[in-house]
Amino acid sequence: MAANLVPAKERKPYSRNRLVIGLVLVATGLLILLLFGLHLTAGQQATYQLTPRGDTNVIPIPALTLPVQPSIYILALIAVFLGGWHLARGIRSTGLLLGMMAFCFVAAFLTWATIGQTLDLVGMLNTSMVRATPIALAAMCGVISERSAVINIGLEGIMLTAAMTAVVSATLTHNLYIGLLVAMLTGGVVGAIHAVLVIRFKVDQIVSGTAVNIIGTGATNFVSARFLETNIDQLNNSGTFPNITIPLLVKIPIVGPVLFENNLIFYLTVLLVVVLYVVLFFTPWGLRSRAVGEHPKAADTLGINVYLMRYVNVILGGVLAGIGGAYFTIGSIGRFDRQMTNGKGFIGLAAMIFGKWNPIGAYGASLIFGFADSLQVKMQILGIPVPSEFLGMAPYLVTMIVLAGVVGRARPPAADGQVYEKQ
Amino acid sequence: MDRNSNQLRAAHPLDPKEPSKGEGRRRSGSATLQTFLIPVLAIFTGLVFGAIVIVATDASVIAAYRNFFHAPGTALRDTWNVIALAYGSLFIGAFGNPATIAHAIQVYRATGNQKDLLQAIYPITESLAAVTPYILAGLAVAVGFKCGLFNIGAEGQFGIGALCSAFVGYSIKGLPWFIHLPLALLAGALGGAIWGAIPGYLKAVTGAHEVVNTIMMNYISYNLGDWLLNGPMKAPGYRPLTPVVQDSAMLPRFFPPPLRFNWGFFLALAMAVLVYWFLFKTTLGMEIRAVGANPDGARYAGMNIVRNFILAMTFSGALAGLAGATQVLGIDHWVGQNFSAGYGFDSIAIALLGQSHPFGVVLAAALWGFLRSGATNMQSMAGIPLDVISIIQGLVVIFVAAPAVIRWIYHIRLARMETTVLTRGWGR
Repeated sequence: MAANLVPAKERKPYSRNRLVIGLVLVATGLLILLLFGLHLTAGQQATYQLTPRGDTNVIPIPALTLPVQPSIYILALIAVFLGGWHLARGIRSTGLLLGMMAFCFVAAFLTWATIGQTLDLVGMLNTSMVRATPIALAAMCGVISERSAVINIGLEGIMLTAAMTAVVSATLTHNLYIGLLVAMLTGGVVGAIHAVLVIRFKVDQIVSGTAVNIIGTGATNFVSARFLETNIDQLNNSGTFPNITIPLLVKIPIVGPVLFENNLIFYLTVLLVVVLYVVLFFTPWGLRSRAVGEHPKAADTLGINVYLMRYVNVILGGVLAGIGGAYFTIGSIGRFDRQMTNGKGFIGLAAMIFGKWNPIGAYGASLIFGFADSLQVKMQILGIPVPSEFLGMAPYLVTMIVLAGVVGRARPPAADGQVYEKQ
Repeated sequence: MDRNSNQLRAAHPLDPKEPSKGEGRRRSGSATLQTFLIPVLAIFTGLVFGAIVIVATDASVIAAYRNFFHAPGTALRDTWNVIALAYGSLFIGAFGNPATIAHAIQVYRATGNQKDLLQAIYPITESLAAVTPYILAGLAVAVGFKCGLFNIGAEGQFGIGALCSAFVGYSIKGLPWFIHLPLALLAGALGGAIWGAIPGYLKAVTGAHEVVNTIMMNYISYNLGDWLLNGPMKAPGYRPLTPVVQDSAMLPRFFPPPLRFNWGFFLALAMAVLVYWFLFKTTLGMEIRAVGANPDGARYAGMNIVRNFILAMTFSGALAGLAGATQVLGIDHWVGQNFSAGYGFDSIAIALLGQSHPFGVVLAAALWGFLRSGATNMQSMAGIPLDVISIIQGLVVIFVAAPAVIRWIYHIRLARMETTVLTRGWGR
């Protein structure tokens, strides 16, 4: 083997990263045993319902009933085994390892939580994906503008204003599609304001984003207090987009009800993620955008209009965030409440960094946050002794741990945040 | 030459600097004048925009303007009345009614009866009480900025500090005030310090960006606070709040109730002086500022970046925690849900407005506190939702951060100014 021909001291040293991940995996397995594996009796069962109750669209499949004790032992064993293999031989894909670790822990936790009860697994997965939608759209907005090196943290402000204009215009015109278009327009306009401040007036990008958040929150609160709360039926009652069922695909067990029975904004989001990925990495326009973000001077020398690309990208990002804002009102409850985004814009930023400025990665991260969100609600229903607040903390803790470098440093586009001066 | 000696190299296109292309080259006034002129004009312009928003959303004014060509006088008079009522009630809410105060002073001189006087000065004492946490929270964010770190976690640190100081305040009985009060304040500062140190440590050692980590810590603190207020720290009863702190832990007040002005205000001012001394008169403070201005240059000069990041974030967290502590121990005397709501964004805006300088922060905090305090009166007297203040504040932030906008509006020429690099991108 080639390794034997390389002198011992030249061989790659055992990396600290591998040791950490391997040990963490083993520790996870042990933790599963410790937290969930004690006090189990032989006959306990957990039932996962795999067909949503009353859903006639899908081919029904029977619920999955697992014997709890063996299941948890097996999951713990898988984690320990993977950790051991990684320590001994090394497994190349860190993402796979972390994914398996998360899967084992979450599966064990769910099984433990569902002892003697039934958990609507498909419903929970569906809620995760739906709740992930605004986070994903906010993350997409972040990705597209930061790939051109403009930091946009004003996502809360954009989403709130878009949410409000969406519901008001939809109520006034009795047309949800107009509401969606108005939301996109609003998002684009607010994005344009940020772009002008940052590109033309060279305001610090974080400052401008913060100002957009402050003004967005203040203006929507103001309008809500002044007009919306007193005129609910004329201005704040739009109804929501109905769920659209895609005929054949919805029949697929498990996957069908999760993916193919949702509303327009959900489908739009998934489509946009794919489109953004393809455009950013496989089209000339995407290449130019990324060039502007990595090395604007070189791009400029090649004749790319740096300012124009940045304007366009930030405004497009604003449009995406506008759709995200529309989700909160016309895609969810049909009315505007003050500060209803509740920090989802910032979570979207975290998802973007978590996903390493890649649309697909950011969408994956959003799904994780969405899952944690739906898990917290489910846990309250199941009556778990763990306080729901600790579950609420879990996604944030996980983000911090991941960002601490277990998956390596997140590297932003090289010129991110810097002002560009054309010579 | 190394890339940090500014005199010997040509300007690099990616340097952050004032836009000089196409601007007039003549200097207009000194740089110091512009440091004050811009914020003052920014505030004034913000208030003008606020007036426009108020007028544009007032039903009676809109109706008057429909008849503009028939009765222009009415429209203009209505506009003026609305603005006068709005900003008049804002002023009265912030400072008190000068006529009432003058009258009350006369009554006091004549009869020795304090009641009217106290009632007359209530607004201004409330404003000063509101300024206190803004000074401390603004200082917290400013210290972070001085080290090039964006501490969005001030809200979480505020909340944790409040909970810690409330805990020490209500759980320890029988201590004299000169031990109990400092102990409670210290507990608050310590809680905030730890909450700030964690993202600081992660940033220093692993490079994880502090913006995301402080936001995460904020959410963790909300959840933790909710659990504590519904569980271990809950007072007897139904509502999720802590027991009232002991008398020995309360910040002494100057006037009888309902006036709430307390020592906290002077504590905040003292902390501003302390921060000024630390940043500008000590070696450690100079290192922090050097790291903020140019981390590569600082590293080249042998400064320990890791230690400075952690120190700056810890100090920042401690100040925000102290802000929460003074709010609990001086004003509310107990902690409830959403205790720290709003202080996060506001403290960022105050630090930016005050150019991250301690004395600038004090002035900006004063503005914020007086505006907020007056706005509640504006809401009750003129019926204008308090959130119009947020719009004005956001605009002021933009105007201060984009002096070019103010210069463009008022046709002021550019003076050579030292630029402060406030924040950087995600990458290091």
